[in-house]
Amino acid sequence: MKFSETWLRQWVSPQGGTEALADLLTMAGLEVESLEPAAPGFSGVVVGEIVAIAPHPDADRLRVCQVACGADKPLTIVCGAPNAALGLKAPLAVVGAKLPGGMEIGTAKMRGVESSGMLCSAKELGVSAEAAGLLELPADAPVGADVRQYLDLADTVIELKLTPNRGDCLSIAGLAREVAALSGERVEAMPLQDPPATHQAVRGVSVESVADCPAYLGRVFTGIDPTARTPLWMRRRIERAGQRCVSLLVDITNYVMLELGQPLHAFDLAHLQGDIRVRRAVAGETLTLLTGSPAALDPSFLVISDANGPQAVAGVMGGAHSAVSDATTAVFLESAHFVPGVIAGRARRLNVSSEAAHRFERGVDPTLPERAMARASQLLVELAGATAGPVTAACAALPPRATVRLREARADAVIGVCLGGKAITGILDRLGLAHQRNGEAWTVTVPPHRFDLAIEEDLIEELVRVHGYQQVPVRAPRASLDMPPRGESVLKLASPAARLALRDYQEVITYSFIDETDETDLHGNPAPVRLANPIARQMAVMRSSLLAGLLGVLRGNVAHRQPRVRIFERGRVFLGLEERAADGTAMQPERLGGLAWGGATDEQWGTPARPVDFFDAKADLEALLAPHALAAEPWAGHAALHPGRAARLYVEGRDIGWIGELHPRHVQAMELGRAPVMFEIDLGALPRVAAREALAPARTPAVRRDLAVVVEEAVQWRQIASAIASPAIDHLTEIVPFDIYRGQGIESGKKSLAIAMTIQDTRKTLTDNEIEAVVNAVVERLASAVGASLRQ
Amino acid sequence: MDPLDTLQAEAVAEFAAIDDPDLLEQTKARFLGKQGLITERMKALGGMEPEARKVEGARINRVKTAVEDALNARREALREAALARQLAAEALDVSLPGRGTGSGGWHPVTRVRERVCELFAGIGFEVADGPEIETDFFNFTALNTPDDHPARSMHDTFYIEGSDRLLRTHTSPIQVRYMQANRPPLRIVAPGRVYRVDSDATHSPMFHQIEGLWVDRDVSFADLKGVVTQFLQRFFEREDLQVRFRPSFFPFTEPSAEIDMAWGDRWLEIGGCGMVHPNVLRHVDIDPEAFRGFAFGFGIDRLAMLRYGVRDLRLFYENDLRFLREFV
Repeated sequence: MKFSETWLRQWVSPQGGTEALADLLTMAGLEVESLEPAAPGFSGVVVGEIVAIAPHPDADRLRVCQVACGADKPLTIVCGAPNAALGLKAPLAVVGAKLPGGMEIGTAKMRGVESSGMLCSAKELGVSAEAAGLLELPADAPVGADVRQYLDLADTVIELKLTPNRGDCLSIAGLAREVAALSGERVEAMPLQDPPATHQAVRGVSVESVADCPAYLGRVFTGIDPTARTPLWMRRRIERAGQRCVSLLVDITNYVMLELGQPLHAFDLAHLQGDIRVRRAVAGETLTLLTGSPAALDPSFLVISDANGPQAVAGVMGGAHSAVSDATTAVFLESAHFVPGVIAGRARRLNVSSEAAHRFERGVDPTLPERAMARASQLLVELAGATAGPVTAACAALPPRATVRLREARADAVIGVCLGGKAITGILDRLGLAHQRNGEAWTVTVPPHRFDLAIEEDLIEELVRVHGYQQVPVRAPRASLDMPPRGESVLKLASPAARLALRDYQEVITYSFIDETDETDLHGNPAPVRLANPIARQMAVMRSSLLAGLLGVLRGNVAHRQPRVRIFERGRVFLGLEERAADGTAMQPERLGGLAWGGATDEQWGTPARPVDFFDAKADLEALLAPHALAAEPWAGHAALHPGRAARLYVEGRDIGWIGELHPRHVQAMELGRAPVMFEIDLGALPRVAAREALAPARTPAVRRDLAVVVEEAVQWRQIASAIASPAIDHLTEIVPFDIYRGQGIESGKKSLAIAMTIQDTRKTLTDNEIEAVVNAVVERLASAVGASLRQ
Repeated sequence: MDPLDTLQAEAVAEFAAIDDPDLLEQTKARFLGKQGLITERMKALGGMEPEARKVEGARINRVKTAVEDALNARREALREAALARQLAAEALDVSLPGRGTGSGGWHPVTRVRERVCELFAGIGFEVADGPEIETDFFNFTALNTPDDHPARSMHDTFYIEGSDRLLRTHTSPIQVRYMQANRPPLRIVAPGRVYRVDSDATHSPMFHQIEGLWVDRDVSFADLKGVVTQFLQRFFEREDLQVRFRPSFFPFTEPSAEIDMAWGDRWLEIGGCGMVHPNVLRHVDIDPEAFRGFAFGFGIDRLAMLRYGVRDLRLFYENDLRFLREFV
């Protein structure tokens, strides 16, 4: 909310300047967002009146004016503005004046005629961005008066960022009440004269939903002068409040709302038929709003209707049909109270922005309608020449004011400091909160303008707010030192992501929402979780995998000519909305994804350069999953991966994710040159790491024996490994493939595998025969399981 | 000169002149070998009178020892020289860069998140987590923000199509979930991704928050000020950092405060906090008369921007490795 400082200071004027006022507000929770001078600095500009005007002898577009400015005789001013005319009053910068931007006015010869000053436009004074000729001042502007003073340009526009609980401060009167409470100053009494009824025209008013609208006042005004214009002082205040001036009638309703906080609505009497009914809308009813947009109504909306149906959405916006216009000469003015519950969210549902709804949904003082009606009547009579009829009121008894109990001990405990009973009473008094003290507690009656004081804590906040948040001590807290549980599984030293970072992967963070085509084409998910209101097409669906994000980062960095990219991301993916787990994360598992592209190592001396491959990345995975053993099975089921170079990964029989090369089709489409190796594991699927019992290393010697076997090309290592592993062969503790050979000496379609075996008995040294038996067992096992023959 | 002394001098001189270890061993044989000059003399002792033999034997032994010493000294010297040559030949250009796998690194946002969690772990805060697609209940209702509450428009919420779910707009729902599952006293920090419909140099549609919650029998606003102030001073490693608290409004805390810190020549809003609203405690069956709590929240990205002097938030999500590697 924006307001003019001088307007507020007319109501209450605390000591100190603008900055002090801003600080007072900010530190009381009414955050000042900006302070803008109403106009930039200038001096020496007075109200001038053109008392004679003649064409310039030597220039078609210039004229020579005699301008009265309170001095002995008029000054000669040369002027080029098209609206310069006899009798016009406009700002005159006299010799010695300083204009915004530093321009200083001296006497100047213009085409041979000396000009002793300059008539100014609004733009030249910095009060408006437009410059349609001279700034025309009202006919009653006092000639010679300082323009800064006359236009109140020394004013500052203060913008507040009000929190939703402080609807009571959405007016000058409300702010003045708050500033008075904070500063200890008094609010000036503003005399208010309600003009008496001078005719008897009325509209009947009936309120059907009294709970929604406990007070409805209506009054008919006739004889309005449609040519009457909004006075300068009112325009200034409305404009400095950040609103647009529209017409005198609309401006008066807005002005009263800004001044007192009570939204009003003026209906063109000529367009109302019959009596006024305040009722809930009927499903299917529609109304064309002031803005021209249609509103589809239902019983959650309260409407003001006449014989023809809804004429306004109560507390939100009037309808176009009964709106006042430049031709309006009679109005029905509404000043009513609508409860927050019947307004809240309605403007948003209608997709309109409404100052009235903004106030009603936060809560407007239900006792205001009468006062606001009187104030608007006064202005309509004074400024628009209207004659007022009698007020028609439909008022239910207002609900009794709530009382809230405030205990001193509770306040002390919550704030952490003892304010003392006397200070508490003092603060309640300053805030105008009526109270009754019973010993160490107060019963506080909530005033009608405060909608945010419902419980004890709300009052405690008021106490500490007025006392000053800064006055509360800064204290290191005390707590019992219970040691939290920390399992082996959460050891930071061993976290998978930490290991990945150590193995030359850089963490990245990508958006959780991605392009739908990435989700369908790369993640193979035809039914993604879609956002209802994405900010862009590329951020429209929730990712079900980290793959597309990592590829996006790869492509961005390839575009920056990075020769080698190794990245990982840790984050949730979104598989659907079904949710069974109590913590709500079952369908939103946390994953760890990685991508390696480019050289196996950074380019370096003394190491032959080679591209990173599947097994480099698999080694990284094995390292990060240790101590768990990783099992990989061929997998052609991922749309984005090379079907012959991808695997599903298992730990202890549990599916934990996948690894694979990007499909050549995508490699080509993304112009990557080489395929990145990628992987993704589900961190939640990893088995917990339990503390294990350590085994002392055996003292008996371990024997190594090597074996070279020839097998069909199609035979996979896992077949060999599982053939040897079960049933277990006594004393064989480890087998490692250390060479794979194809070519000369090996039949085409076959490969030779060199296997190193570690053979050991932990209790005794094995004899040559025993060792030989193990080797033979392996050879036999491989011969029968995979048709292996010993390499000759 | 006595021929024996001459022999000794000859041997010593000859050894000293030899640079080749093989030649040295051959030369040794000429003096000390089975038919060596000194050995021959020893053999000759056999034909001497016992008295003379004793005297001459002692002389020969002395010379023999001296020759052996000279031989050993020369052997040692040659070994040393050979080692020195080997070492010289093996010297490396130690200024060449190391080889092998380099090291990756963490995203600055993660780095800050971990620092914040560590600082709070120091005073017993556990880390909690929760879902990012949330229900309206946890994101708003349980946090005392019923439907149509004006505070909802403070958050520009992403909604999930065809459902009542939304992307959490803050990390506060985690506190509700945690309090449902755990009884007080409790202290947690809850870091994570949050989402709002907003995008410019200082707003990203996805960003990170960290939420703190302490519920105990006797915690107060003064304690909250203590924890938050100390955290900011430790985080920025500036003991003189000025922190101020300013009244504000959040539906789930009462009293509520904005946290400002002095930064350059102005106050900078850095987070929000307050005493947990009794309604929030009641929602999770904690008696607000028996327990009180405070909660606070910071933008992790904002802390990272200030800490590392990053001016454009978007840099965090562009994932340009040239930028990210600055934080390795």
